[in-house]
Amino acid sequence: MKNFIITALFFLATISAAQAQRIKGSDTVLPLSQKEAENYMKDNSSATIIVTGGGSGVGISALLAGTTDIAQSSRKIKFDEKKKLQEAGKTVKEIIIAYDALAVVVHPSNKVQNLTREQLEGIFTGKITNWKELGGDELEIVPYSRETSSGTYEFFKESVLKNKNYKNGIMSMPATGAIIQSVSQTKGAIGYVGLAYLNKNVKAIHVSYDKGKTFVEPSVTNAKMKTYPIVRPLYYYYLTKDEKAVRSFVDYVLSVNGQKTVQEIGFIAL
Amino acid sequence: MKLIKRCIERIVETILTAGGMITSVIILLIVIFLFKEGFGLFNSPSVEKGYSLCVNTENPIEKLNPFQIKEIFDYEIDNWKNVGGNDEEIILFRFEELFYRYSDEELGENDEFLSQKLGEIIRATPGIIAYLPTEYLSSDCSGIKVLPEAKISVGDFFGRKEWIPTAIPAPQFGVLPLILGTLWVSIFAIAIALPLGLGVAIYLSELAGEKMRKILKPTIELLAGIPSVVYGFFGLVVLVPLIQKLFHLPVGETAFAGSLILAIMALPTIITVAEDAMQNTPRAMREAGLALGANHWQTIYKVIIPYSVSGISAAVVLGIGRAIGETMAVLMVTGNAAVIPHTIFEPVRTIPATIAAELGEAPSGGAHYQALFMLGCILFLMTILISIAAEVISKNHPQRKGI
Repeated sequence: MKNFIITALFFLATISAAQAQRIKGSDTVLPLSQKEAENYMKDNSSATIIVTGGGSGVGISALLAGTTDIAQSSRKIKFDEKKKLQEAGKTVKEIIIAYDALAVVVHPSNKVQNLTREQLEGIFTGKITNWKELGGDELEIVPYSRETSSGTYEFFKESVLKNKNYKNGIMSMPATGAIIQSVSQTKGAIGYVGLAYLNKNVKAIHVSYDKGKTFVEPSVTNAKMKTYPIVRPLYYYYLTKDEKAVRSFVDYVLSVNGQKTVQEIGFIAL
Repeated sequence: MKLIKRCIERIVETILTAGGMITSVIILLIVIFLFKEGFGLFNSPSVEKGYSLCVNTENPIEKLNPFQIKEIFDYEIDNWKNVGGNDEEIILFRFEELFYRYSDEELGENDEFLSQKLGEIIRATPGIIAYLPTEYLSSDCSGIKVLPEAKISVGDFFGRKEWIPTAIPAPQFGVLPLILGTLWVSIFAIAIALPLGLGVAIYLSELAGEKMRKILKPTIELLAGIPSVVYGFFGLVVLVPLIQKLFHLPVGETAFAGSLILAIMALPTIITVAEDAMQNTPRAMREAGLALGANHWQTIYKVIIPYSVSGISAAVVLGIGRAIGETMAVLMVTGNAAVIPHTIFEPVRTIPATIAAELGEAPSGGAHYQALFMLGCILFLMTILISIAAEVISKNHPQRKGI
């Protein structure tokens, strides 16, 4: 009898899980997906969407294993991931759902306002160690990075450091909030955070990717106009054969209402 | 009736024995699992699994160590003569660059021309070093030399000073700064917590009045119940800026901040255990001391402390254990910079913080994952050594033998 009940419950669980849509992956996209799913479920009472994090890589391998319907990712799918999916006879569809900009921040008392990509690279790889070299005060530069597990860490390394490694023994903080906190209380500090986290306790640096010709302030407008350079797309990946099942939710995210949520969360709408 | 009772006793006995056995076996299995995963590291290639480094055959270079590879891919070394080759500029080629050079059509629908194009590029560039998936090395290998695959060496792991586990193509696993960072933070934490903790324990056990003890003891025990994240947050927001201002440091996230937080966290353990041990000194002992003409202080340090030394060393071990294994609070206040510390006022990275921060994204089974397990093994050995040392000390204490 007991066994029977357990089996029956198990069956029920699998049936209801089959109707639910699962989204898994990047922790950066997580808050956005959660909010979107919440709003979507409010409009469609029959739908169930389960959102979990774990990192971009985790999401894409779950897509391969069939344990998620949509993989959320803060980076483009890697070549070997695509290869593995191809070998398994699966093709994926890629949708850009929003953009995320990274701002470089310093202590509010810092005189330096503009930095080029080359200078940033020098700072974070340990070649430039004093603010004096950048036209600031005689003060040691203390660069703060994120932990290696963060997608932000990877993106900054790719975009600003051109795939070079961070300097040996860089300070690495477990969360964006901790970077803001540390930068706001350390005079020589410099760090990078998502645009949404900018506040009055830190000063945002104007960045130039054209060797100092134009310096652009990190702002939603500039990021949207594509004049601010440190911007990355956020993706949804799903299998082409699941298109029918997930399309309605993806369309909702891309709709006017969905993009409004994107801005509320602090990302940049398409 | 008696028979039933005895039967029940037997059953309970068996259950207890079985419980003990199962627990021990599980603990052993966990340890075995830890070491098995950890030691897998020294069987992993020093370049990411499934990838190879290739050079042009005209290049006399035979092999590169992981550090040289990292320096080359960081543009620190830009000429082959610096690593023992010809005087020729090093040209880096990462696999992804192929997709910038050629369109998808040129590479074929199912990437069938991919390895051919790779071969062309390598043959055409004498100074090249290419990092690419091994499966795309073309069958036609003329003109391409694959550098031999080296294993991660024990010497590099324990001797090198760089911890950059996500460096591509050659991750750097030098655990020296992490081990030293852990020891550094723990030793100073104990140095702060021990005198303070023992002092409070003596005060509570011997000097404080009944009323005072009734207030103080629960308050101190309450400290043990505060979650470590709260301590960490308190440390980051209050202690770190304070330390920075007080000592005029460029950064406040230092080993000292970690030690201070750990000391506060270890205090309740040390105080409660040591105080209990002192309380257990038999009344006869104290009275004998006083009867011999010793005053209060002499009784404390000639009779009570020697008598309770094993309890006190247990307190020390528990305190150190807490300090070495603590993760969250340390992760938040020490700055997590993997450098060998020279003073207490420098940022450090500890082993538990490293494991907690990195295990989430380390692909399971890869070299990074195994390296983190190896760190777990090291941590385990450290705590075991401390426990054994404390055991030996408390057993060999001369005064204890006399009692």
